[in-house]
Amino acid sequence: METLYSVTVGILTACSVFLILRGRSFPVVVGITMLSYAVNLFLFSTGRLTIDGAPILGTSDSYADPLPQALVLTAIVIGFAMTAYSIILAVRTRGEVGTDEVSDSNSEDNR
Amino acid sequence: MWQQHLAILPILIPLFTALLQLLPWGDRPQPKRRAIGLAASILTLVASAFLLIEVNSQEMLVYLLGNWEAPFGIVLMVDKLSAMMMLLTAVLAFPVLVYGCYSEDNLGSHFHALFQFQIMGIMGAFATGDLFNLFVFFEVLLISSYALLMHGGGKFRVRATLHYVLLNLLGSALFLIAIGTLYGVTGTLNMADMAVKIQALSGDQAMLAKAGALMLLIVFGLKAALLPLHFWLPQAYSTTSGVVAALFAIMTKVGVYSIIRVYTLIFGADANELALVAHDWLWVMGLLTMLAGALGILAARDLRLMVAYLVVISVGTILTAYSLFSTQTTGAALFYLVHSTFVTGALFLLADVMAFERGKTASRIVSGKRMANHSTYAVMFLVAAVAVIGLPPLSGFVSKLMILESASANGHNFWLWAAIIGATFIMLVAVTRAGSKMIWHTLSGKPSEQSAPLGKRAALASLLLLSLLMTVFAHPIQQYTQSVAEQLERTEDYPKWVLKAPEVSDE
Amino acid sequence: MNLLIIIMAPLLGALLPLLLKQAPRLLKTGVTLFIPLTGIAILLSYAPQTLSGDIPKHFIEWLPSIGLDFALRLDGLSLLFCSLILGIGVLIIGYAHYYLSYEDDDSRFYACLLLFMASMLGIVMADNILLMWAFWELTSISSFLLIGYWFHSSDARRGARMALATTGAGGLALLAGLLIIGNIAGSYQFDDIVASAEVIKNHEYYSAALVLLLLGAFTKSAQFPFQFWLPHAMAAPTPVSAYLHSATMVKAGIFLLARFHPVMAGTELWLTIVTVTGLITMLVGAYFALLKHDLKGLLAFSTVSHLGLICMLLGIGTQAAIIAAMFHIINHACFKAALFMTAGIIDHESGTRDMRKLQGLMGLMPITATLAMVVAASMAGIPPFNGFMSKELFLDQAAQQHLFGGLSWFVPVLATVGAALSVAYSIRFIHDVFFNGEYKELPKKPHDPPRMMSAPVALLALLCIAIGLAPMPIVSELLNSAVTAVTHSQAEVKLSLWHGFNIPLLMSAIAVVAGILIYTARDQLFTFNRQFDGQDAKHNFERLVQKASDASSRLFDKLDTGSLQRYMAFVLISVIVILLPSLIDISAITGSSPQQSIDTVSMVGAIVLIGAAFGTATLHRNRFVMLMMLSVVGLMVSLAFAHFSAPDLAMTQLVVEVVSIILMILALFFMPQKTNRASSGHRVFRDIIIASFIGGIVATLNFAILTTPAESISDFFIANAKTGGGGTNVVNVILVDFRGFDTLGEITVLAIAAAGIHKLLNKLKPFMPSSDVDGRPWHRIKHPLMLTNVANLVLPMAMVVAAYIFLRGHNLPGGGFIAGLIAASAMILQYVANGVDWVKERFNVNYQSLMSIGVMIAALTGLGSWLFNKPFLTSWFTYLDWPVVGKWEFATALLFDLGVFLTVIGATMMILSNFGKMTTRHRPTHEGN
Repeated sequence: METLYSVTVGILTACSVFLILRGRSFPVVVGITMLSYAVNLFLFSTGRLTIDGAPILGTSDSYADPLPQALVLTAIVIGFAMTAYSIILAVRTRGEVGTDEVSDSNSEDNR
Repeated sequence: MWQQHLAILPILIPLFTALLQLLPWGDRPQPKRRAIGLAASILTLVASAFLLIEVNSQEMLVYLLGNWEAPFGIVLMVDKLSAMMMLLTAVLAFPVLVYGCYSEDNLGSHFHALFQFQIMGIMGAFATGDLFNLFVFFEVLLISSYALLMHGGGKFRVRATLHYVLLNLLGSALFLIAIGTLYGVTGTLNMADMAVKIQALSGDQAMLAKAGALMLLIVFGLKAALLPLHFWLPQAYSTTSGVVAALFAIMTKVGVYSIIRVYTLIFGADANELALVAHDWLWVMGLLTMLAGALGILAARDLRLMVAYLVVISVGTILTAYSLFSTQTTGAALFYLVHSTFVTGALFLLADVMAFERGKTASRIVSGKRMANHSTYAVMFLVAAVAVIGLPPLSGFVSKLMILESASANGHNFWLWAAIIGATFIMLVAVTRAGSKMIWHTLSGKPSEQSAPLGKRAALASLLLLSLLMTVFAHPIQQYTQSVAEQLERTEDYPKWVLKAPEVSDE
Repeated sequence: MNLLIIIMAPLLGALLPLLLKQAPRLLKTGVTLFIPLTGIAILLSYAPQTLSGDIPKHFIEWLPSIGLDFALRLDGLSLLFCSLILGIGVLIIGYAHYYLSYEDDDSRFYACLLLFMASMLGIVMADNILLMWAFWELTSISSFLLIGYWFHSSDARRGARMALATTGAGGLALLAGLLIIGNIAGSYQFDDIVASAEVIKNHEYYSAALVLLLLGAFTKSAQFPFQFWLPHAMAAPTPVSAYLHSATMVKAGIFLLARFHPVMAGTELWLTIVTVTGLITMLVGAYFALLKHDLKGLLAFSTVSHLGLICMLLGIGTQAAIIAAMFHIINHACFKAALFMTAGIIDHESGTRDMRKLQGLMGLMPITATLAMVVAASMAGIPPFNGFMSKELFLDQAAQQHLFGGLSWFVPVLATVGAALSVAYSIRFIHDVFFNGEYKELPKKPHDPPRMMSAPVALLALLCIAIGLAPMPIVSELLNSAVTAVTHSQAEVKLSLWHGFNIPLLMSAIAVVAGILIYTARDQLFTFNRQFDGQDAKHNFERLVQKASDASSRLFDKLDTGSLQRYMAFVLISVIVILLPSLIDISAITGSSPQQSIDTVSMVGAIVLIGAAFGTATLHRNRFVMLMMLSVVGLMVSLAFAHFSAPDLAMTQLVVEVVSIILMILALFFMPQKTNRASSGHRVFRDIIIASFIGGIVATLNFAILTTPAESISDFFIANAKTGGGGTNVVNVILVDFRGFDTLGEITVLAIAAAGIHKLLNKLKPFMPSSDVDGRPWHRIKHPLMLTNVANLVLPMAMVVAAYIFLRGHNLPGGGFIAGLIAASAMILQYVANGVDWVKERFNVNYQSLMSIGVMIAALTGLGSWLFNKPFLTSWFTYLDWPVVGKWEFATALLFDLGVFLTVIGATMMILSNFGKMTTRHRPTHEGN
């Protein structure tokens, strides 16, 4: 299980990083969003993996570590705010600059 | 009543101010918002000043949020370093805000609220003693900076902002990974507690924690604009509005602060297997950063860009000096930190007013028409240049002298000396070149009509004045920064202070 | 105290002329003159004390911790230089009064001059070598301002910058040297350093320190090979040249050598470097002086030459040599300043300084001519003038030294050559200008200047004669104490015009004859030299700086393409580079704790998740598909949370997912839906490499953590959630209580983001496609009926659900945030279904205020605990008997959560509604505040 979990997180990260390295704002933003999912999974798992142990008192005898869950919750909300801002900034940039490329035109990066 | 809450005031005052400023204030809200903002900035300044006095007398203030004992609750841990940084922020913020109140704030909406949020975030980052809470405040100050950076809009500005935002989002993700790793290994978030846990680590556990520690170096290095993570800075700082750039003179210092905090308290000399994990990296990156900055000012064709690279140099200088990890050098580096914050801030404002009065040549380093307040700016430029280059008699000279002097005790001082002296020389050449082009080499013909309001010039002058004061009162200030460095070195005291801090019991 | 005034008077006095900007020049001159005069008065009051051998001092603490203190001393050497600086300073100011034209900004001139005077006095009086360095650099700055005084001419600007760059560089080298010396001596106070002279000389860093020190001295005194900057500094107004480049600043280097003579001198290294440099400089300077056609150019190089002479004497370093050096410093200051002023007068009166144009002025300006001849003779070393004596002493030293064994005879020969050259150019100065045929037409018809303008020259000329005729009474005491200060041994000076027939006399006789011969043969020299023309140091310097600048900007264009991709790559690569080593150091990533077996649900989930992730990455060119894939990823993530017992996270992730996808689809409306340009193959390859490395690192860390046994502070939360926080949903209790401060920050972020987005949208000029990518026009029907009905139904239900989720939050999964988002999305549905106007009519809420009030409620809840003298955010709860509901717990945390709830609604609605408006006619046209 641990292996499966970490491999999944790893692949998710890799895919996000690949997107982040694209030359246009939209994929990059999506990449960042996906990366935040991966990171949340990572952060969450630092409380180790527990099944049927939701940290609701009285529902179980061994509880999952609640602290990482709280942290992830905060992270999700902040991530949401950031995604919202960046996506709209991307739109604004496209409006002003006329293109959604994030690499300057005379380098070959933007292909 | 309020003394016991002193530690949190510099965070709460800007918070409530910003929230007030978000409320609708009738059809002409700006004057009211300005009034509130200025008043609040003064309050913050006073609070931070008291805080510093308090901390100076009783070493450290620990504030248990929610009255939960550390390490379980979040604590504010205001030691001498934090107090210094907070006061520095407040002192910088006031003149900058005054400058901003001269219709800079009309270039886009929510300037005042965002400004206060920005301050809140910075203050929080300096005050908190909890790693995850540090992340939260990083986000607060970042999201505010995202919004402030594009203040006024414009093609280049918005584009630079997009780059800055996306890059920092990546940074935040890395920050979370680092925190996760460290929590996974140590099972705590409180910095002081973590320091204790880290000391106990060994073997693979230690290596795991080391990975987390180094990941943090990337995160903070990105904020501090340390080579090769500095690329966002010149673009961002040179395209944004002058007032924002000036405020951001403190932003890189947040990264610097975090580096000093983490790699002294948690991964400092007592961290056994993890002792000084980052210092070799800091040493190398710091030197390279200075080099890059020096080349940058040589290459710069625009004054704002040049100042941006001056910021880069200052960061390099501070961190290289810090990486020597001797009390004297750290103290000197902190003195230099304060100095460079004021001077670069002033320079950004100066570049702004000059650009305004020069008209179409703006801040490009070319001969332009005579400015309305030409001789004023000539003098200001001279003062700023002398200060930033590090020529006598201003603060730059004093602080560089301190660094060189203190470094000479150390083994590989040669490279630091070479780097600092070399950089100083390049600054001398480049800045005088800019000055003689923009100030001396004026085109004949009548000077420009548009003149920056007196208030702006006053705000600018007051920042420059600080450099002078730092020279005159160099000794007491140096005494303080020295005591900061000494306190930082006594890492064993921090757990005592923080973890033993008593909850407030009902009377 | 008084010592301080000597420096402070000109330092602060520099402000006076600036304050008197509007006043007539006479007043400014008067005020300015008054300052050095007071200095002189104080100096005189101290002179007896110094001359009688003890050293008045003054000490103010500045930065003791690094050994930088405001310590002043007035020993013989200082006295000598002070009197030169102040004395000649007075004359210069008087001269400048007439020299400056009416357009010139005399206030600025006087101010800079005084500033320079102050820093110069600082150098010679400093008792702390760091303080001395400070003043040293100040002279560089102030001379920069003075040379660039006429900044409209590019010569002035460039000359100034080159002077600053050269002397500045030297200054920095000097600083390094001083720091080394100070470190060896353990103090920067001059006496301590002298005391540990032996230690320093035998220290391993001695040679380094010496070289650095000499670099400072030589650049300042324009010694070979740094002589190039001085001639270009002649772009300065003549008074400046007369003051800085004859009497004072260039002598600072000499002063430095003299000052450190007791510390550094006497070694082989010192002897060789200083002597040889001096000798070469003397010859080179003299030669070029002869070649210059510009009067000031001639004088500039002759200054170089004479400084070389002094430098050489300091190198030789015997007491006699020091005496000669000190004596020549005085003499040179007298005649050279006078000559510069003469050149200034000629320029001023005739409008040119070119000796090829000038001739036969004798008849027109007799007074000037006579004065000029006196001082020139002194420069040439013709008896009975003072120059003669010091030169005799010099030649005597040259003849006596045995520095280079068998080749020592070389030195006197070369010395004679130098002397001869100086005779030659002295003759040229006089003959070319005043005689050499009849007066030719010039820009202005010259005549003698106003008496007051030539008064300073006359004074100096008289001094030259007086010293020449009666050296002992005038200068001997001064010299005595100066020499004593340098050699630290009692000196007794014997000066007389006539030493009888001896070697030196012979040598100068030869020099005079040879000089005359050289002068007559000058034309051949000029033609010979013409082949080396076109070498202009100034332009070389400019080109150098330009090159450096271009080179670095080219480098930057390569490195920093302004491409985000590249920045991202840099960050990620540094992550790899910095982290890999420590990961490699991990022996076994599999920790000790037992691993759980994989269940089908997880397996399936993982596969779907991975598939969707790949899909998102690969299909990114069709953006809509990419979004769908992303939403699948998000969904699976939330399922994962649910599966691993984190219901709150699952719910939160789900609602956030919904809202962000809505946002992105809205955004897609303004973005290209499809892009077809693909990255080049090797770039994709590079990115895949980076991506897999990062993924690998994260996976490794994750696995290592998962398999190491956990011990954390969390048990505390589980233990105290109910008793201390009054809730059974531990996560929620942590959020609103244990770590409520995080949550406060979190909703603040949300609020800021909303405000920022509002800011962004206000000036948005988006691309408004009227049709979709395939050219099909958008559907006409704005609000499909079906959707409208559903929406109207959903809203109240959603509100109830939200309220329920909110209330149970503290004990069961839920809470303010989730509730907020649910409510918000229901309201969004209204917008989608019924349009902005419809919604506006129904509930017209100012979301911005709602949001800010929300945060305020949360923050005020925290503040409330201050009333009970508890720290911020201290929670309090009790159980109340509510009607109907029965016994229900009430916690301040609930209030806090209410704040969260409102903030989330406010922020989300502010974002979405504003963004939604973009697609309608409500798009704002101008930006409000």
